[in-house]
Amino acid sequence: MGEARWLHPGAWWIWALGMAAAASRTTNPLLLIALIAVAALVVHARRPDAPWGRSFRFFLQLGLIVIVVRMAVQVLLVSSVGTTTILDLPGITLPEWLAGIRIGGDVRLESLLMGFYDGLRLATILICIGAANSLASPTRLLKSVPAGLYELGVSIVVALTFTPQLVADVERLKTARRLRGRRTTGPRAIAAAAIPVLEGALERSVTLAAAMDSRGYGRRGPESARRRRGTTGLLLLGLVAACIGTYGLVSAGSPALMGLPLLVLGLGSAVGAVVWSGRSQVRTRYRPDPWSLPEWLVSAAGVTVAGIFTVAAWSGMSGMVASFDPPTWPSLPLAALIGVAIAATAAVTAPPLPRSMRMQRELVEVGA
Amino acid sequence: MIEFDDVTITYADQSAPVLAHVNLRIPEGELVLVVGRTGSGKSTLLSAVNGLVPHFTGGTLQGRVLVDGRDTAHHAPRDLADLVGVVPQDPMSGFVTDTVEDELAYGMECLGLAPDIMRRRVEETLDLLGLADIRQRPLRTLSGGQRQRVAIGAVLAAHPRILVLDEPTSALDPGAAEEVLAALQRLVHDLGVTVLMAEHRLERVVQYADQVIIVPGGGAPVIQGSPAEVMQHAPIAPPVVELGRLAGWDPMPLSVRDARRAAGSLRDLLVGQQPRLRVVTDSRVETVRTSRLGVRYGSHPALRGVDITIHDGEIVALMGRNGAGKSTLLNALVGVGPTRTGDVLIKDRDPAALGDAELIDTVGLVPQEPADLLEATSVAEECRIADRDARCEPGTTRALLALMAPEILDGTHPRDLSEGQRLLLVLCLILAARPPLLLLDEPTRGLDYPTKTRLARVLADLAAAGHAIALATHDVELVAEIADRVIILAEGEVVADGSTSDVVMSSPMFAPQVAKILSPQEWLTVGQVEHALARLPEPEVGAG
Repeated sequence: MGEARWLHPGAWWIWALGMAAAASRTTNPLLLIALIAVAALVVHARRPDAPWGRSFRFFLQLGLIVIVVRMAVQVLLVSSVGTTTILDLPGITLPEWLAGIRIGGDVRLESLLMGFYDGLRLATILICIGAANSLASPTRLLKSVPAGLYELGVSIVVALTFTPQLVADVERLKTARRLRGRRTTGPRAIAAAAIPVLEGALERSVTLAAAMDSRGYGRRGPESARRRRGTTGLLLLGLVAACIGTYGLVSAGSPALMGLPLLVLGLGSAVGAVVWSGRSQVRTRYRPDPWSLPEWLVSAAGVTVAGIFTVAAWSGMSGMVASFDPPTWPSLPLAALIGVAIAATAAVTAPPLPRSMRMQRELVEVGA
Repeated sequence: MIEFDDVTITYADQSAPVLAHVNLRIPEGELVLVVGRTGSGKSTLLSAVNGLVPHFTGGTLQGRVLVDGRDTAHHAPRDLADLVGVVPQDPMSGFVTDTVEDELAYGMECLGLAPDIMRRRVEETLDLLGLADIRQRPLRTLSGGQRQRVAIGAVLAAHPRILVLDEPTSALDPGAAEEVLAALQRLVHDLGVTVLMAEHRLERVVQYADQVIIVPGGGAPVIQGSPAEVMQHAPIAPPVVELGRLAGWDPMPLSVRDARRAAGSLRDLLVGQQPRLRVVTDSRVETVRTSRLGVRYGSHPALRGVDITIHDGEIVALMGRNGAGKSTLLNALVGVGPTRTGDVLIKDRDPAALGDAELIDTVGLVPQEPADLLEATSVAEECRIADRDARCEPGTTRALLALMAPEILDGTHPRDLSEGQRLLLVLCLILAARPPLLLLDEPTRGLDYPTKTRLARVLADLAAAGHAIALATHDVELVAEIADRVIILAEGEVVADGSTSDVVMSSPMFAPQVAKILSPQEWLTVGQVEHALARLPEPEVGAG
């Protein structure tokens, strides 16, 4: 739809966070797999041919690891639900003074399922974040980050270039290992590559930070020193207040004043600090990414799916929570499915990328 | 414009200063060349100009550096950004954005220029550096020369009055290097920009310089002067100057053009003489043969129908533009990189099908970043690992290294070696398994003249011992010095394959300086001329 251009990275992040929020509201494996499929579909359709564009696969693998680890923990440490034993392992129960934790023992189907559902939910959230990572250009996103926070800004850019470069480095070092006649796969090869890869990435990060500084990143107007201290102080105070506020909000039994009001006050002063310090910035924008119809549509799709899932979970709609005890085949709530379908529209409403940034090789990367 | 006032710079973890008592005055609008051996403190000197030393690197700076009246002690690099533009050695490492246009604008955004001024200046810069065709392109997909020009443009768009460049042409092919240098000269001439540039490849740049600064290293005093004056006695000199010294020309010519004017009598002297050629073992035993070799990166063909043969004891240079497929060819010869079509046979074995351990017995590659291959914390340990990998007698690698670089100590961390030493170390690690075919990717990038001479000697010895050697390089002087044969690639195809003198003599791009000066006679190196002159008085005697 529309002319070829970059979608505002903020829109991708709103969309992806909406998907992640939706995933966090359900344990229904069918819905979660549908969300993963939508993420994969949109990434496939709109990711750029750039290092970060290729990072989605790694998030898929990470998701798989999360599921396996979660199931293993469930089975080996907290196997206490259900009655259907499918495997009998020897187990020990730690003494009472060690909290009476059981290690090993019967492997029960219900317990396995519970671990799987929970792991899948976590994996889906990760994969949604991975989708944003792969779709939104990190450097373009940075353009939209308030420039008032110099150190934060530098660390973000450096961190953002860190991961994709790391992946490239691993490839290079695999080649290097082959040149020295070593195995290029297996845990030992990975361990041997770890240190040089990290060293290289760190060195490059410092070079990049130096280059940014040399080009004037973070320049300020004249009367800045006092103002800078002021804004930094305000920001810190605001963030601390917001943290306490959040704690007050989620923990039962704390005074009401410690909850929402403190959170709002804290966030307010943090935002104020950022805006205020941004004022002393000299920075301007060259052809900023516009926020027009496609951005509205994509971010609306994300917000909608999050909204539908939240309301559905809150109203206790059947099928949002998958039953594992007794294990039954989960049903598919229609409203949630509609939400997933709306999220999938991003694959079409987002404008296609400029031709030079489109993925050259069509890699098939679907399935977790 | 730039003043160094008794500047001494010491890094935090070192006892001796990198630069001691440096006094420099650089007036506005000059093109100043900074030369010195690797590790002599050139980069430190350059980084001190915009305050990266010591603001970013740590260490202490005594004395004063004044840039247009601003003291770098009180101004952070970002506060000098409107005045000094710095182009880092590896342009890619300094890129902050994704596309050419955004990168050009980035510096101006940081300086807070108005959007309409930015629009205009981006267009101007695109034209000035010839980047208009690639304005939308992602930076990653650019060739080396294009990247370098983007890096210069990105700095230039902010209109700094001083431009600092660290080895701007070292990674570039001769054509791209000339493009970059032409752009720089235009800046100096038309806009009055002061340019401070470090470069090892003197043959490329010394003729453009108004002043030369020699950084001898080890805290010895820095020498500043006009190029002709400094080059008379400089320890490192391009071939044109060496030839001038040999022939006793005065004033010393710095460009091929000036040298040709002075060379009339030398040419007369050399009439009838033949250049001495390296003795090539005449075995003609094939080491490697490729047939219809093709490699694609996605939809982009990097190599197409390449048929080459290299014989035992031969040194073959692969030349061609950045991105012509030289590295891809070397990678295909060791069986790494994307899947290929066609055949590669090294001593009748296909490298891609070999197991990891067998591969190193067949072919060795020194990659562009030799440091990738290093993994241990000391030289001795590194050599031990290589012995084990190559399944050879313990101590073999160490003995080899002692032969090539006797000054390297056992306990040194490979990271603390100079670039040239590291290259030799990696070369030894590769050679431990005695592969019949040895490949080197851009071995002389960033190497100074003495190190290059040493590498040339080592490679010649290896070829004499029967190794077939192929090196991808942009260094025409090195090629003239050691290569028996030159293969030129363009767009992934072989466009020329013949003896060094045949191929480079006929090419304005790849001809070494001596060849240009003495054409139509066929001399390639100062060494050949020197040898011929030495035989002159008694032409009948001592033909060996």
